[in-house]
Amino acid sequence: MSRIRETFRRLKKNKKKAFMPYIMAGDEGLEKTLQRILLLEECGADLIELGVPFSDPLADGPTIQRAAERALSAGVTLRKVLPFVKKLRDYSQIPIVLMTYYNPVYKYGESFFIEDAIQSGVDGVIIPDLPPDEASNYIRGSRQAMLDTIFLIAPTSTERRIKKIVAACSGFIYYVSITGITGSRLVLEESFRRHINKVREFSDKPVAVGFGVSTPEDARTIAEIADGVIVGSAIVKKFHEHPDEARHFVEELRKVI
Amino acid sequence: MERLRRTYIGRPTPLYCAKRLTEYLGGAKIYLKREDLAHTGAHKINNAIGQALLAKKMNKKRLIAETGAGQHGVATATGAAFVGLECVIYMGTEDMQRQSLNVFRMRLLNAHVEEVPIGSRTLKDAINEALRDWTSNVRTTHYVLGTVFGPHPFPMIVRDFQSVIGKEARSQIRKAEGRLPDSLIACVGGGSNAMGLFDAFLKDDVQMIGVEAGGKGIESGEHAARFAGGSIGILQGTKSYLLQDGNGNILGTHSVAAGLDYAAVGPEHAFLKDSGRIHYTYITDNEALSAFEILSKTEGIIPALESAHAIAETIKRAPTLSKESIIVVNLSGRGDKDVQQVAKIKGIEL
Repeated sequence: MSRIRETFRRLKKNKKKAFMPYIMAGDEGLEKTLQRILLLEECGADLIELGVPFSDPLADGPTIQRAAERALSAGVTLRKVLPFVKKLRDYSQIPIVLMTYYNPVYKYGESFFIEDAIQSGVDGVIIPDLPPDEASNYIRGSRQAMLDTIFLIAPTSTERRIKKIVAACSGFIYYVSITGITGSRLVLEESFRRHINKVREFSDKPVAVGFGVSTPEDARTIAEIADGVIVGSAIVKKFHEHPDEARHFVEELRKVI
Repeated sequence: MERLRRTYIGRPTPLYCAKRLTEYLGGAKIYLKREDLAHTGAHKINNAIGQALLAKKMNKKRLIAETGAGQHGVATATGAAFVGLECVIYMGTEDMQRQSLNVFRMRLLNAHVEEVPIGSRTLKDAINEALRDWTSNVRTTHYVLGTVFGPHPFPMIVRDFQSVIGKEARSQIRKAEGRLPDSLIACVGGGSNAMGLFDAFLKDDVQMIGVEAGGKGIESGEHAARFAGGSIGILQGTKSYLLQDGNGNILGTHSVAAGLDYAAVGPEHAFLKDSGRIHYTYITDNEALSAFEILSKTEGIIPALESAHAIAETIKRAPTLSKESIIVVNLSGRGDKDVQQVAKIKGIEL
């Protein structure tokens, strides 16, 4: 069983929800990334979503785009992120999910990427600009290698679309809380709970919710409904602007999830 | 649409026989498809009015668009004013500086111009921002993509609205010469004016040349020639030729023409290049600037710097061809928007 599924199963048994912080690999250098992941694990993170820097991060807001720019100017790309995860495995066994755009994967070579990712100890991959319709080879290759493929469901996804996406997901399903980009303000629509329940009708895979979750209050609300809560921009910002407050902030989030 | 083309856009645009330019070059007979005479001064209006009507039909309240040279921004702002919708135009900081006239035109048309100060601060980043806005406001907003790029079905929507250029040119040249031309030449940024001209001729025995921006030369790395200097990748929902590094990150581009200053090219162009149907080449900044002046002096037509790339290729090609051969060049826009920039390059204070 994959490390991700194992994690969600354990949490479910203990009636707990997953806390899934996101950080950008190589933001202020990879040494910092290692320290941050260890800190997050210490504070109770269940899974780390690790951003791969890309020049044109379409699904991301300014906070994460700037973090990507910092990482790129530190020379960090996908080719450096995979060996980094391998090195991380000497210190930590926390599940790692890469969030990368498709072009770096395409340029790397899809099958080489899958092979190297699994060899490096990556557990799952999110590619926000790869729709399942275009991903049959990638999904097949990943299944064989036991690399989890996580796709995104939006509040605007239709029933037909939801069915297709949940079938393509393994590990967990990523539900995007709002129509928008990462780091937007969270304004949950009334249909939020109904829509998530729709997803559950079609699949018993865990559902994690992200985009716009920035305060402990947001996290608490989401944790009541979802199996996992993803917090990205708010943590990236804290680490960059007020590193001394990061531990406290992450602990506060953990408490309510 | 048919009626609006006639009464609002001013179609059909003329196919003009450029006699003095032909004599000056001493070779093939040159015709100019005068898209510069369409309302707002470029071919962009063909697509913008079409998509504005589409948005109205879909009950959207708001139009957004990206713009490089500002022509598509002006066209979309015009479309929004015409059907009575709210309008926001995304434009890179660098483009706002070099195309300040068009920024003011958009504001006059009641559009809000949103500056994009991140990334390379040009067209690519304006598209990123427009896509982000659209993701956030998709229920109320239609994104009027300005070129034959982006996720499906945009490349087809834009091509279909622009294909009126080639349909008109085809019947106009038949009327004027009793036959089809030997060659078509058009500049290619994203590639909408070129697709618009070429589409109606794809099944004919007509040679087609797409002209990319060679900037300061391919070796300099400062250009936007995706076919000459790029490789296949995926950007903004499309698989096509891109200027990218070995890690799949998108490279900065350069062209004197803001409308050609873009790291990717429409996927149908990529297909037509690989199939060998269309030949693609490039023209440098200096060649384009010289063509800008030659057309102004010989014909009394000031072309957009984008279109000047197509003229420059014509200047290279026409003298090598016989007087019996016919070239149709897409004069995709007029150059009023560029005069300040050209003066600045020449060191002249206005």
